[in-house]
Amino acid sequence: MNHTDSHTDFWAPVVFIIFFVLTILIGSSIQQIRTLLGSRVATNNSLEEWGLGGRHFGPWITWFLIGGDFYTAYTVIALPALVYAKGAFGFFAMPYTIIVYPFIFFVMPKLWQIARDNGYSTAADIVRARFDSRTLEIIVAITGIAAVIPYMALQLVGIRDVVETLGLPAVTSLIIAFLALAAYTWLGGLHAPALTAFIKDVMIYITVLVAVTLIPLHIHGGYSTLLANPSGSDTVLKAGQALPFATLALSSALAGFLYPHTLTGVLASRSADTIRQNAVFLPIYTILLGLISMLGFMAHAVGINTDTAHHGLIVPLLFLKVFPSWFAGFCLASIAVGALIPAAVMAIGAANLVTKNILPPQKDQKTMVRTSRVAAFLTKLGALLCILFLTTKFALNFQLLGCVVILQTFPAVIMGLMRLRLSTEAILTGWVVGSAVGVGLTLADGLKPFHFLHFGFVSGNVSTALFSMVLNCIVVLLVSWVRPGTLPHHMTHPHLKGETTKFPLAEPYM
Amino acid sequence: MKFLNWLLLLPFIALLWVPFYNRVTPTLCGIPFFYWYQFAWIPLTSLIIWIVWKMGGSNHESH
Repeated sequence: MNHTDSHTDFWAPVVFIIFFVLTILIGSSIQQIRTLLGSRVATNNSLEEWGLGGRHFGPWITWFLIGGDFYTAYTVIALPALVYAKGAFGFFAMPYTIIVYPFIFFVMPKLWQIARDNGYSTAADIVRARFDSRTLEIIVAITGIAAVIPYMALQLVGIRDVVETLGLPAVTSLIIAFLALAAYTWLGGLHAPALTAFIKDVMIYITVLVAVTLIPLHIHGGYSTLLANPSGSDTVLKAGQALPFATLALSSALAGFLYPHTLTGVLASRSADTIRQNAVFLPIYTILLGLISMLGFMAHAVGINTDTAHHGLIVPLLFLKVFPSWFAGFCLASIAVGALIPAAVMAIGAANLVTKNILPPQKDQKTMVRTSRVAAFLTKLGALLCILFLTTKFALNFQLLGCVVILQTFPAVIMGLMRLRLSTEAILTGWVVGSAVGVGLTLADGLKPFHFLHFGFVSGNVSTALFSMVLNCIVVLLVSWVRPGTLPHHMTHPHLKGETTKFPLAEPYM
Repeated sequence: MKFLNWLLLLPFIALLWVPFYNRVTPTLCGIPFFYWYQFAWIPLTSLIIWIVWKMGGSNHESH
C-alpha cells in the first residue's frame, strides 16, 4: 500500500467512517424517522411488518431494495477481481443480470400473488402449501439458510477488504461492522435496508460513474485502449470458454431469485404490477454492473498489482490510487454500506425461514418478531464466525455449494407454479438426485463450478449447478408421470382466487 | 395477446448463444463487439419486457 502521502492515511478513513456510521444510525433509527414523517404504520410489532415491511413497498422502494440487495458489495469487489484475473470471462455477470429479468417478469408476479393471498412470506411457505408437505417445507427452508449464510459471510469479507485497505485493524472492524449490522436489523427490520438502500445506491452510482468517467482519462486512448489491449487478460472469450460462460450465466439467473434475500425483496412489494414495473427498470443496475466490471481492466491499466490471494483488494487499491483520499474514503464507504444492506436482508430472509418454517408455530406476533430478531442475530453470528475462524476460501467454497443446492429447490418453488401434476414424491426424489449429483460432482471436481461433460458431438465445461438442476427436473417429471400428484391450488380452485382478489387489501395503494 | 410472452425468450437466445457475439469486430467507438452487444441488450430487454407488460395483458392476471 502507498503510505507516502500522509493525507491518504487520514482523510480516507475519516470520510469512510462518517458515511458508514451515518448510514447505520439512519437505518437503526428508521422507526423514529418513520414516526416523525407520520408514516401510516409505525410499529414493528408483527412479523409481517418487521420481516416483510408490511408488504407495501411501492415501485421506488422496491427498485432500491432489490437493486441494493441483488447487486451486492461483493459484486463491486469480486466482479472486477474476476475480470482482472480472467478477462472477458468475468463478464458472464452481464448476461446473467439481463436474462434474470424476463424470468422475474414472468414468474415472480404469480409467486407474489399466491404469497399475498395466503399470507405467505417465504419460499418454504409456498412449497408447503403447494405440496402439503412438512418435509419439503423444511428442506426448502434449510437449503435457503445454508445458501445464504456464506453469501452473508462474503459481504462481511467485502467490508473487511475495504477496511484493511484503509489501514484500520481488520478483526476489530469486522466485529464493529457485525454489531452495527445486528443493531440495524434488530431495530429496523426490513424497513432499515429498504430506506438506506437509497443512500447506498446514490453513493455507489456516484462512485462508479466518477470512476468510469475519470479513470479512462488517465489512460492514453481511453476505452478503446482499455478493451483492445487489456494487459494480461483477454478481450473476448477463449476457445472452450463459451459453454461455461453461458451455463454459468443461466444457472446464476435461475438461482438468483431463489435465495431468501432476493425473494424477500420481491414478496415485500405491494402489488404484482410493482414487480413487473421493476422488471422493466431494474436492468438499469446491470449497466452499472457492466461498468463496475470494467474496473478490472482499469486496475491493469493503471498498474495495480496484487497476488492472487488478494484480488479482492484491487478495487479499493484502485480507488486509493487514482482518487483524492477524501473521495476514495467516500467510494470505500459506498462499498461497505453496499455490503450492509444485502447482509441485513439476508439475515431477515433467513430469520423469516427459521420462525415460520423450522420452529413450531409461535403463539403470538410479538413472540414471532422476537424469535425472528434472535434468528437474524444468530445467522449473522454464523456468518461472522465463518470468516473469523474459517477462511475466506471456505466461505467461497460454501457459497459455491450454496448455489448448487439452492437451484435444487427450483422444481418445488418454480415448477410448482406450472400446470403440472407434480407429486411430493417426485419433488423429493428429484431433490435427492439433484443434490447428490450436484454436491458430489462439485466435491469430486475439487470445488470447481464446472464439470466436463460429453453430449454426443458437443463436449465442454458445463455449470455443475445447472446440470444437476436439469437432472433434478427430469427426475421430477418422470416420477410425476408415473405417480401424478395434484395441480396447484390456484388452478384447481379459481373461485378461491377470485374471492381473495376482492379482499379489501387487494390493491389499496396502486 | 399471450403470444407476446414468447418475446421474453429473445434475450435468452441472444445472450446465451455466445459464439454469435464472441468477437472483436465490428467495434463501436473502439469498443469490441463482445462488450457493446451485451450493453445494448440491457435497454433492449427492458423494452421487450415493457412491450409484453403493456400489450400482452399480463397486468390483468391470467384467469
